[in-house]
Amino acid sequence: MGDQLTLVEAVRTALGRAMEDDGNVIVLGEDVGLNGGVFRATDGLAERFGPDRVIDTPISESMFVGLAVGLATQGFHPIVEYQFMGFMYPALDQLANHASRLRNRTRGRLTCPLVVRAPYGGGVHAPEHHSESFEAMLAHIPGLRVVIPSSPAKAYGLLLAAIRDPDPVVFLEPKRLYRSIREEVDDDGGALPLDRCFTLRGGDDLTMVSWGASIAETLAAAEVLAAEGVGAEVIDIATIKPLDMDTILASVGRTGRCVIVHEAARTGGVGADIAAGLADEGLTSLLAPVTRVTGYDTVMPLFRNEHHYLPSEQRILDAAHRAMEFA
Amino acid sequence: MRHEVASFRIRATSYIGPDGTVASDLPAFASDPEQLIGMYRAMVLTRTFDAKAVALQRTGRLGTFASSLGQEAIAVGIGTAMAPDDVLVPSFREQGAMFLRGVVPNELLLYWGGDERGNDFAGQRHDFPICVPIGTQAAHAVGVALAMQLNHERRVAVCSFGDGATSRGDVYESMNFAGVRQLPVVFVINNNQWAISVPRSAQSAAVTLAQKAIGAGIAGEQVDGNDVIAVRAVLTDAIERARSGGGPMVVEALTYRLTDHTTADDASRYRPDAEVSERWKAEPIARLRDFLVHQGHWAREREEQLIDECAAEIDAAVQDYEGYRPMPPTSMFEHLYATLPHAYLAQRAELHELERLDG
Ligand SMILES: Cc1ncc(C[n+]2csc(CCOP(=O)(O)OP(=O)(O)O)c2C)c(N)n1
Ligand SMILES: [Mg+2]
Repeated sequence: MGDQLTLVEAVRTALGRAMEDDGNVIVLGEDVGLNGGVFRATDGLAERFGPDRVIDTPISESMFVGLAVGLATQGFHPIVEYQFMGFMYPALDQLANHASRLRNRTRGRLTCPLVVRAPYGGGVHAPEHHSESFEAMLAHIPGLRVVIPSSPAKAYGLLLAAIRDPDPVVFLEPKRLYRSIREEVDDDGGALPLDRCFTLRGGDDLTMVSWGASIAETLAAAEVLAAEGVGAEVIDIATIKPLDMDTILASVGRTGRCVIVHEAARTGGVGADIAAGLADEGLTSLLAPVTRVTGYDTVMPLFRNEHHYLPSEQRILDAAHRAMEFA
Repeated sequence: MRHEVASFRIRATSYIGPDGTVASDLPAFASDPEQLIGMYRAMVLTRTFDAKAVALQRTGRLGTFASSLGQEAIAVGIGTAMAPDDVLVPSFREQGAMFLRGVVPNELLLYWGGDERGNDFAGQRHDFPICVPIGTQAAHAVGVALAMQLNHERRVAVCSFGDGATSRGDVYESMNFAGVRQLPVVFVINNNQWAISVPRSAQSAAVTLAQKAIGAGIAGEQVDGNDVIAVRAVLTDAIERARSGGGPMVVEALTYRLTDHTTADDASRYRPDAEVSERWKAEPIARLRDFLVHQGHWAREREEQLIDECAAEIDAAVQDYEGYRPMPPTSMFEHLYATLPHAYLAQRAELHELERLDG
């Protein structure tokens, strides 16, 4: 029997487990030491594992992911924390030019088993630049994995899988869910599979695809649809890249209808890729146009208006109803 | 054969010490009591604003807020040393400087209250807004300074950031280019000894942060950041030097963050209370007040009157702030481009419809 953990506690538990199991796992980032990270995801790790394995870095967002690349080539498994996803942009250089392609460039001679963690997304009344979700920019980088958990148990199992993966993984944590839900998490070191979707709820009439924090509103909408007699299947993508299109195609093959929900801006979003995948390989089973419910193509508004930006249960329901109207 | 090819010195300036000792060579403005009282007032106003903003956050009426408690002298030194035409490129703890440059308190409340209108300063049209991504604004300051140089203007860009920011490449890269082109820019390092939980000693092995200038080939010096007279004097010299073609400069102002990093932080997790109480003894407002009292320019009645005035000014700002209705949701499409591209009209229309249904 596991404890009922919040998502941030599940992250912390997975980090502790990985560090316990493997002496080469190192945590680094701003304020991850004594302060335990600004969200307390690394709370207690410095006391347990000491300052050589839990390293407070200076404010140097480009350098410390490059540092992790160097460490990784020497047999360490660095886990780099970014305080907020909005401060990860300087990491793009190191991620795109080095971490993601060192294996390829050196024909497997040098590799980068590292994890970059960052809280992402809106909904917590945070200051400017603290609510971003640009997972699609990362998903565009060949050689990278991008993983986003949607619950405490997913966070625990997927983070362990990410840490054990031989390639670089960006692990984005929905900060809106950090403390809002609890779930039983067994700290048994069990990982969940990467590169695979999770079907959270079965249904034969409509497929709803989402990830991260938006799973909450998507599940709520599915509940309402069920009461209306519409069976909505809810798929949690979990690994944004590489995308498990097979699970989505199989589901839409049965339902013929698909609504994609994501918080990030619409243009170039991961939803566009899923829709393209359905057009490529699922066209004959479609009974209605594939629709997307997304953040708008605007700058993420400051918090007074952020709830108008985030896909709401109502917007998801409206899209589902439109999809169901097609005979 | 080996010989020394370069060496450097960093000098530090202070006029009024924490123990009340006063240097004999005070700058000229310090002999004008009205100037000093103006600076004193600006510091007290800033502290009043910070205390009120923290209280608003604690009661759910404001978002996360970064107080400048104990660091008021740096902001006020910046604000009094700059000319109106100069351009301030701040970080997020320079409220005292922003007020002196025409930003009003309710604008900053709006910003920290999650409303973009807080960046549209009615009385200050050319300074930059608050910058949250640490150190990134240093490059803007250099760009502003290059424009000033290309336009043969006698103006200066002043850029401030924290001790932690000096670890970022952006900051060094900006200093470096400023040196190459001898640009009219002054970088002010607000060294409050902490970057959230990371102490100054863990940020850099350099003895001073001012010496980061040396690597970029520009001048650097330290100033006592809790001595507002010294901050103003040193910055005035640096700015006037830059204005007359003398090139860029780095000024490291030494101070101490007397409170949490922001309202989202709990400093008791990582630093001892004893360190903080010790640092209270050197805080800048009491220091200037003691000097004014000693000079016979200040008395209890004036102090009480000033406190009342500042409280009234900030209370009025809060009232003003709380009177602002949120912008309509479709405001997120405003000012996105000069003209909203056709491609986004449908999204805006959808949002408008949701807004209408919401009532
Ligand atoms: C690029 C970037 N990384 C991280 C953060 C989160 N953060 C906000 S303030 C801060 C510390 C800044 O320290 P310092 O530069 O000394 O300024 P101070 O807050 O002490 O005024 C950090 C890490 C950020 N805003 N931007
Ligand atoms: Mg600092």
